[in-house]
Amino acid sequence: MSLITFDPARVPTFQVAAKDLLGDTQMRKNVRHATDVIQNKRRIVVDEMPDWQELRESGRQIKQHTLKHLDHYLEQFEANCTKAGGVVHWACDAAEARAIVVDLVRKSGSGEVIKIKSMTTEEIGLNTGLEAAGIKAYETDLAELIIQLGHDLPSHIVVPALHKNRQQIREIFKREMNLPDLGELPADLAEAARTFLREKFLRVKTGVSGANFLIAETGGVCVTESEGNGRMCLTLPETLITIAGIEKVIPRFRDLEVFLQLLPRSATGERMNPYNSIWTGVHPTDGPRAFHIVLMDNARTKILADEESRQTLYCIRCGACQNTCPVYRQTGGHAYGSVYAGPIGAILTPQLQDMHHGQSLPYASSLCGACYEVCPVKINIPEVLIHLRHKVVEQDTQGFGALNPEAMAMKAMAMLFTSERRFRAAQRLGRIAESPLVNKAGWVTWLPGLLGGWTQVRDLHEMPKQTFREWFEQRGANNGH
Amino acid sequence: MRVSLFITCYNDTLFPATGKAVVQVLERLGHTVVFPAGQTCCGQMHWNTGYQEEALPLLPRFVAQFKDAEAVVIPSSSCVAMMREHYVKMAQRIGDAQLIADVASLLPRVWEFSEFLTKKLGLEDVGAYFPHRVTYHASCHGLRSLGLGDGPAKLLRGVHGIQLVELKGLEQCCGFGGTFAVKNAEVSSAMLGEKVQAILNTQAELCTACDNSCLMHIEGALHRQRTGVRTMHLAEILAGSESGSEGTTT
Repeated sequence: MSLITFDPARVPTFQVAAKDLLGDTQMRKNVRHATDVIQNKRRIVVDEMPDWQELRESGRQIKQHTLKHLDHYLEQFEANCTKAGGVVHWACDAAEARAIVVDLVRKSGSGEVIKIKSMTTEEIGLNTGLEAAGIKAYETDLAELIIQLGHDLPSHIVVPALHKNRQQIREIFKREMNLPDLGELPADLAEAARTFLREKFLRVKTGVSGANFLIAETGGVCVTESEGNGRMCLTLPETLITIAGIEKVIPRFRDLEVFLQLLPRSATGERMNPYNSIWTGVHPTDGPRAFHIVLMDNARTKILADEESRQTLYCIRCGACQNTCPVYRQTGGHAYGSVYAGPIGAILTPQLQDMHHGQSLPYASSLCGACYEVCPVKINIPEVLIHLRHKVVEQDTQGFGALNPEAMAMKAMAMLFTSERRFRAAQRLGRIAESPLVNKAGWVTWLPGLLGGWTQVRDLHEMPKQTFREWFEQRGANNGH
Repeated sequence: MRVSLFITCYNDTLFPATGKAVVQVLERLGHTVVFPAGQTCCGQMHWNTGYQEEALPLLPRFVAQFKDAEAVVIPSSSCVAMMREHYVKMAQRIGDAQLIADVASLLPRVWEFSEFLTKKLGLEDVGAYFPHRVTYHASCHGLRSLGLGDGPAKLLRGVHGIQLVELKGLEQCCGFGGTFAVKNAEVSSAMLGEKVQAILNTQAELCTACDNSCLMHIEGALHRQRTGVRTMHLAEILAGSESGSEGTTT
């Protein structure tokens, strides 16, 4: 089985991928259904909170404060984790993080690992890296298992197999687990996964996890989940290796009070996650004998350096922005060409990849603001999108780039708007230029060039014979003003 | 009150009927409408598409035209949102202390048309008559950036003869999004498809909103599909009267 990753060098742009995916009516139906269900659950448990807006503001402030003093809190975490018997490793980028993990797995003496759902490991293509080193990785989160067995890619940060429905999942399990008589009830599928996974939990000696929060004050690590499979991976193996982005640190244990309210309600519409695991180093009589944590930068410090977009790092990976996004609702997650899809992906992915996806992802939004409204840590995603668009334009209009048709048109329009005389002339010229395209009924049904996208599905009524300002002035003259 | 009208570039050029209706409603309510002739565009299209340097000169232009206004009324939520969300930052980027001060003093006097009626004037019934089945589309900028809430719906419920039908999925974007509509035409049209379906389900004769930008997009599909359903800016409905309305003729 060859594992797949989102390779920035090979994934198509959002526009191209979205066009294809819009043809997948089953996927679109699954995404609409799943996001509607989660959103409705979220709405109920958010609306019942009298202090939800204050909680959001607290979450935002804790993140803002922590990032401002990130060096301090990371070192504090390192010291406390080390004191408790953990081993802290530092990785600049994805390649270094993969190499550290491969090395640690080898030293643990195991040729295989069990994994807790972790988007950070997806971000760095860890499974591919492990496979290249001859190490077999087993995903144990139900959704990640579906993705792995289906030779698929995650499409959502909380519900990676959100684009699949129950019947499709049954087909994957039947085929990959060799269960020709598998039923289609949720209990049947859960039982199949349980039987499949339990054997791995009991056999595999090395576990790999991500982290939801790193607690600087105690050196503890927190993982929240719904299934309990994560708890298995955290407690049964002899060696546990955790990979976390450096932005996951929070100052104090009590800060969890805020995040453990915000996260489950935003992510799955639950008042509390069924499993909240917090562990600190190693303990002689319980859990793994060895604990390693890889603290990874992978472009996070670059994002931190950009004053206007550093709020991207506040993200606690709840996926609420994905569920509410009207664009994601139509295309699903794969269109974004990254493990981070939806609005958060549209701002995070380009920044993680040196603006590689800058051409398309910051524009994959109508700026409707629904994401900002639901974000539990108040990331102003539309503001960051606009900032990234500006960066893209600055990059693209260097040298000959200034001659691209969009840039030329934008500059020409800006010229019109800075002069009343030119603006009036353009209004008149617009009517003349448009006239050959207007049909007898007064509608434009075809437009050339960049504007062709408009008339693909929409008509445009013809320009009125008189502008408002012409009418207003004429009226003033008639009234003797 | 002496009301200064910022009509916006696309209303001026493509939707003069909306401007006429705004004038009609405000004059019917006893206010005087002035139109500073040097006005052009708020800069939203350039700013939101990433052409920030091109948008910057439009700020001092707007301020020069309107800084002495008693109230500025704008029949477009997205242009008002542009001003409230970005003008302070733009003024700071330009770095002119006088401009920064002028923007700070001017912004509280800038009103979207419906919020001027409901919040500034405290009105719900503006004496309009419009005997049609109508559904209201809440544009994202009106809903989220301006927090118009049910202000526009209150104005519509105050219209005599109207049959107002609630639109399902009111909080969901119609897919316009400015240059998004052409840059991501396929996704935009998929979003529009859901919105059009919701509008048709209401069996309304027409769909109204506080933004002609959304309406132009929605109208484009309603017409292409020959649904027979029209779109009309809220101001044009409020301009309707028993004695007939010049505002509603396009």
